Amino acid sequence: MISFQAVGKRYPGGFDALKNITFSIERGEMVFIAGHSGAGKSTLLKLVAAIERPTSGSILVRDQNLGRMKRSAVPYLRRNFGLVFQDHKLLFNRTVFENVFLPLQIGAFDPREAGSRVRAALDKVGLLGREHAYPVELSGGEQQRLCIARAIVNRPAILIADEPTGNLDAEYSGIIMDMFKSFNQVGVTLLVSTHDEAMLRKLRPRVITLHQGELAP
Amino acid sequence: MMAWLSINFHALAATLRKLAGSPLSSFFSICVIGIALSLPTGIFVLLQNIETLSGNFTGSPQISLFLSKDAGSAEVSEIEKRLKGNPGVDHFRFVPKEEALGEFRKDAEFSDVVTSLSQNPLPDAFVVFARENSAKNLENLHQEMLKWPKVAHVQLDSNWARKLDSFLKLGHVATSILAVLLGFALIFITFNTIRLQILTQKDEIEVAKLIGATNTFIRRPFLYLGALQGLAGGIAAWGIIAAGLHFMNGAIQELAELYSTRFILANLGIRESLLLFFLSACLGWLGAWLSVSRHLWQLDSGSQ
Repeated sequence: MISFQAVGKRYPGGFDALKNITFSIERGEMVFIAGHSGAGKSTLLKLVAAIERPTSGSILVRDQNLGRMKRSAVPYLRRNFGLVFQDHKLLFNRTVFENVFLPLQIGAFDPREAGSRVRAALDKVGLLGREHAYPVELSGGEQQRLCIARAIVNRPAILIADEPTGNLDAEYSGIIMDMFKSFNQVGVTLLVSTHDEAMLRKLRPRVITLHQGELAP
Repeated sequence: MMAWLSINFHALAATLRKLAGSPLSSFFSICVIGIALSLPTGIFVLLQNIETLSGNFTGSPQISLFLSKDAGSAEVSEIEKRLKGNPGVDHFRFVPKEEALGEFRKDAEFSDVVTSLSQNPLPDAFVVFARENSAKNLENLHQEMLKWPKVAHVQLDSNWARKLDSFLKLGHVATSILAVLLGFALIFITFNTIRLQILTQKDEIEVAKLIGATNTFIRRPFLYLGALQGLAGGIAAWGIIAAGLHFMNGAIQELAELYSTRFILANLGIRESLLLFFLSACLGWLGAWLSVSRHLWQLDSGSQ
């Protein structure tokens, strides 16, 4: 599903965010990326989602080489992903419903079915009653769940989440991790970055640990 | 098809919401575009009106043929014969010197002068109407008549009309230049207003791109906005011109009455009006396209 072959990412200015990363993830796996902040977790996720391009090595996602991908093909690749951002990236001038509707709108989804899709996604994250609310009216945990609803409404093959429990207390983190587990059980490939050791001990998933841009043994 | 319609419908609805969301600044942008467009269009309308006005006169150019004063009736009939036999002449009218003097006598301003004259200073004359109004035919006739006996002077009365014609041509060229310049101005105005609109929606564009929106999808609402703004500007220009003509026609009617003619300025015809709307919408669309493309290009080159 996802395979990194000797991937490096050097930012302008000479800083090496990632060095010689090689690994692969099979369909339906649940993989966590662990490491301290600054270890390159976010960069790695950005490379998978083609938000950034590698400066060396090659990345294959669903048999497509991201380094050689045409810019115009990137949007169609991204529609296979559900992205959950640490800072949520919600649109504050749109309602909860409209935020979740956005990916369907972009994917030219049949508008007659879109409404029920959106409500199904909101139901999964427990926000069904808040459709007409605006994101500012939601708590931090609810905003994160809204972000997850937007990520899954497309029924993506791969869910990529960057520190999804970063700012949440243990109870909320537990709820969100349970959600992720249930997505994984229906076949979604999961790639999650976290620095939450407790979470890793509890879930015991496959873990890729980064240390200063390199794979830790 | 349904999805495509839905996307375009949503984009259009979002555009209208944006326009309505900042009514004052939308209004000002539209006014600026309207004023910019009304200038070349207004001049074009005036030129068209002058053309129709001068067309009434240039319809049948006359040649006035004056005989020398010592010409007698034999010479007059000789000239008459030649005019009848000339293929370039449609018809003509003989104006004997007594009749010409009589015309002057009827005119209140000249009657005193005429009665004080001891003899008639006017020559016999012919008013000739050419069969063909081309400049070449008129010039040929003019040259030929000059060679006839006892012809003192041949006046081509269409000269002024031809001069006016070249002035109008010059006016058209100047208007075209002005139209091109202000067309560019429209593109730049739209470019800028769309840029401001993009800045207020930076987050939306970023998120849309992250979750798989194509550039086409992101451009669409802005293109609608640019085109709509241009179209509204075109309609505003049309309104400005219509109002301007309305006020000018009041003054022109007074003037026309003094000359005992009837004349009012006509507005753009339906075809020209539609062309104005279409072009202004296209230019707005182009300005918006440039603006969004520049922003997207910056986004793409920034993420590498």
